[in-house]
Amino acid sequence: MQKEMAYSFPDEVLKHVFSFIQSDKDRNAVSLVCKSWYEIERWCRRKVFIGNCYAVSPRMVIRRFPEVRSIELKGKPHFADFNLVPDGWGGYVLQWIAEMAGAYPWLGEIRLKRMVVTDESLELIAKSFKNFKVLVLFSCEGFSTDGLAAIAASCKNLRELDLRESEVDDLSGHWLAQFPETCTSLVSLNISCLGSDEVSFSALERLVDRCPNLRSLQLNRAVTLDKIANILRRAPQLVDFGTGNYAAELQPDVFSNLAGAFSSCKELKSLSGFWDVVPAYLPALYSICPRLTSLNLSYATIQSPDLIKLVSHCPRLQRLLFLIQVLDYVEDSGLEELASSCKDLQELRVFPSDPFGVEPNVSLTEQGLVAVSLGCPKLQSVLYFCRRMSNAALVTIAQNCPNLTRFRLCIIEPKTPDYLTLDPLDAGFGAIVEHCKDLRRLSLSGLLTDHVFEYIGTYGKKLEMLSVAFAGDSDLGLHHVLSGCESLRKLEIRDCPFGDKALLANAAKLETMRSLWMSSCAVSFGACKLLGQKMPKLNVEVIDETEPPDSRPESYPVDKLYIYKSVAGPRFDMPPFVWSMDEAVKILH
Amino acid sequence: MSENGEGGGRTRGHMGPIIITPSTTFFSLLILHLTQNPYNFLLFLVMEGGLVLLGGGANGGGSGGSSGFSTNESAMSEASSYLAETELELGLGLSIGGPTGKINKASGRILTAKDFPVPRRASMNGGTPPSVTVSGTKRAADQSVPHDGGSPTATSQVVGWPPIRSYRMNSLVNNNQAKAPRAEEEHKGINEEEEEEEDKAIKDGSKQKKPNENLGHIGFIKVNMDGIRIGRKVDLNAHSSYHSLASALENMFVRSAGAEKQQLTMPSKLLDGSSEFVLTYEDKEGDWMLVGDVPWMMFLTSVRRLRIMKTSEVNGLAPRFHERNRTQRSKLI
Repeated sequence: MQKEMAYSFPDEVLKHVFSFIQSDKDRNAVSLVCKSWYEIERWCRRKVFIGNCYAVSPRMVIRRFPEVRSIELKGKPHFADFNLVPDGWGGYVLQWIAEMAGAYPWLGEIRLKRMVVTDESLELIAKSFKNFKVLVLFSCEGFSTDGLAAIAASCKNLRELDLRESEVDDLSGHWLAQFPETCTSLVSLNISCLGSDEVSFSALERLVDRCPNLRSLQLNRAVTLDKIANILRRAPQLVDFGTGNYAAELQPDVFSNLAGAFSSCKELKSLSGFWDVVPAYLPALYSICPRLTSLNLSYATIQSPDLIKLVSHCPRLQRLLFLIQVLDYVEDSGLEELASSCKDLQELRVFPSDPFGVEPNVSLTEQGLVAVSLGCPKLQSVLYFCRRMSNAALVTIAQNCPNLTRFRLCIIEPKTPDYLTLDPLDAGFGAIVEHCKDLRRLSLSGLLTDHVFEYIGTYGKKLEMLSVAFAGDSDLGLHHVLSGCESLRKLEIRDCPFGDKALLANAAKLETMRSLWMSSCAVSFGACKLLGQKMPKLNVEVIDETEPPDSRPESYPVDKLYIYKSVAGPRFDMPPFVWSMDEAVKILH
Repeated sequence: MSENGEGGGRTRGHMGPIIITPSTTFFSLLILHLTQNPYNFLLFLVMEGGLVLLGGGANGGGSGGSSGFSTNESAMSEASSYLAETELELGLGLSIGGPTGKINKASGRILTAKDFPVPRRASMNGGTPPSVTVSGTKRAADQSVPHDGGSPTATSQVVGWPPIRSYRMNSLVNNNQAKAPRAEEEHKGINEEEEEEEDKAIKDGSKQKKPNENLGHIGFIKVNMDGIRIGRKVDLNAHSSYHSLASALENMFVRSAGAEKQQLTMPSKLLDGSSEFVLTYEDKEGDWMLVGDVPWMMFLTSVRRLRIMKTSEVNGLAPRFHERNRTQRSKLI
């Protein structure tokens, strides 16, 4: 009896200690120590992150964590971003909201990614949570400005409304006017995805006026350049600003007004927006450029001389996104200049301005990326589109930037080999995984054999997410990845000759991952069924929009396959073109 | 970087996690598989070896080809014996398919990698055992196709490639007015044109729509069909005529209707008014119009979204339609 007392803390003490533990991983580890720690921890967990909304049911979450204040959910697989997941696949949030409405009256934060959110869901949020503060809808769809009006009207203490990259049905710009005059709590507002040119600008101005804590504001494309100055003067405390249109006929008074407004924003560190840029207005930014750490010009088709000039004013830049402007007589893409000006660069994303055009070979080359790797040793995250690459370049990049954590290379034409040697790019990507020991995310492209997967399996021990397209020769490739990459959580594959063998041999591995996506590969329906039967902890879903998979022989490959671990069992909201391989679910609809 | 890759210190008896199952049927199937198909091993090697030679010969033009050839051969035969070992060790008891495994999708399918010209090294594709259905098998005959980056048209027809999100793609496409590949001169010309139009729009002090809107909206647009809860999206880039669009929509909505199939009368011809449904679209001004009345390119520049409307619901769409107004009522879902 005495021994027990000596070893046990009162629950309150443990609770207090646990309150300092914020990361999900740590909290999960804490809950595994012993039963009493599990119990204490679950009662004081306030934030829950669910990477796959079908991995667990709302009821299960509520049962385990009764006092949640903040929830984050992700729905569709990543390849939905590229239209590989048919509409209607799923990812509906309504049921979650409905159940949480009853169980979590104090829920304050909802963050959703790639989910279908209806106006009904938004209205339910507005009605059910009196303390609602944060709504982030990242890449969501299914709702309109009516739903937003409900949120605006009811959520008295709303701090964040972020609709980034979502698809919103724009019915009227007047939803903004629904924010009551008493609402002064906004800290972050991102309406950049709204298409309508009916955003009630006066309502926006008044809102910005009365929210002194507004730090982050992203306007939509409809807001014209002349209006920017008005907004900025009302919110000089902004840290993060997204312009609307940045195009207007050059007028000196507009220019000086704009330049003055920008210079009054002493805290401004991050800029985005910039649809339709008129280069003559870029110098208006010069006063804040020295402080800029993040610049997103990925919608702006500006010529590289203008880009170079702007970037050369930004020595503190850590994050840069831009469109590479292709001119066949200009080899210098501006990236060399970037490399010499921005030594602090950590993240670089370069998009092609004309992905489908017929390009001369001079443009979109590897040279820019090599230059940046040479000049910016702090580089951690790269997304780079180009038309040619070489193993030598990749090896150089790998050696120059051993701190890379995310490397996504897209050579636009599938199966493009090393342009110098015509070899596959196996060695190049192999160098990346070998040298960048902290690499967490990798996207491959170009001509690749099974060898690249051997390298990845050998060296990619910290790799969590791998995207593969038009690569590999045989199941051996997939086998290397599944058996070698210990930290692998998400694997997405399209158009590769991977079939049943590697998948079935590594079935147990799938239970340690979040999800696996395979489309246009060679996995047979029979293998899918076998996996569904043998692996009860996995949901195996076959997607086929043309005909039911069982209308063909079992050896026929399935069109698309999505496998994910789940403790909730097969889902019941599948559309007609998704078939669950779970034995308990009838295959025929 | 050694080409013989450590492979994580693999030896014959240590292939990583294999499927764990206590089922005896499974193991007996496994044995069955091995005894039934030992020829796979040999066939694979032979095919592998055979295609290596073919591959080398047909691509004599590749400068890097012949010099690296001997290394390739040894690497590849090593890989093939590696796979053969793997094959036996993986121990899959699934006796799925056989030599007849072939992809035979409906011909209306959107092109994917399977339809691309064969790169030099892809000869290895043919080496996979017949029990794995691989698209590469049908390429064995296609060795002579040159590989110098392939054709740009192929890229623009592949769904979801290059991997650029649709909102960004639409924005880029708006800027470039790109639908099909075009000549360089034209390309430059269009960029200049686009800037001119932009200036004009600003000078006119016109209503502040997106300056590029008059260049057209192309990309994925929403389609809804009366009676079907879930809307779809269709890529207008993938179609060059009303006919192909209509048949794609028919496939999309009729096929996937599933159980609803019985209740909906098949809309056989969406365009000529002979079915229960008509294809309509919402244009830039927000008006709903009948699809098919304007030239295709003009349609592309003004369409915002599509709706497959029940004939009975249509009124005042376009005068021409009233004349064909049908008395037949469609069944309600």
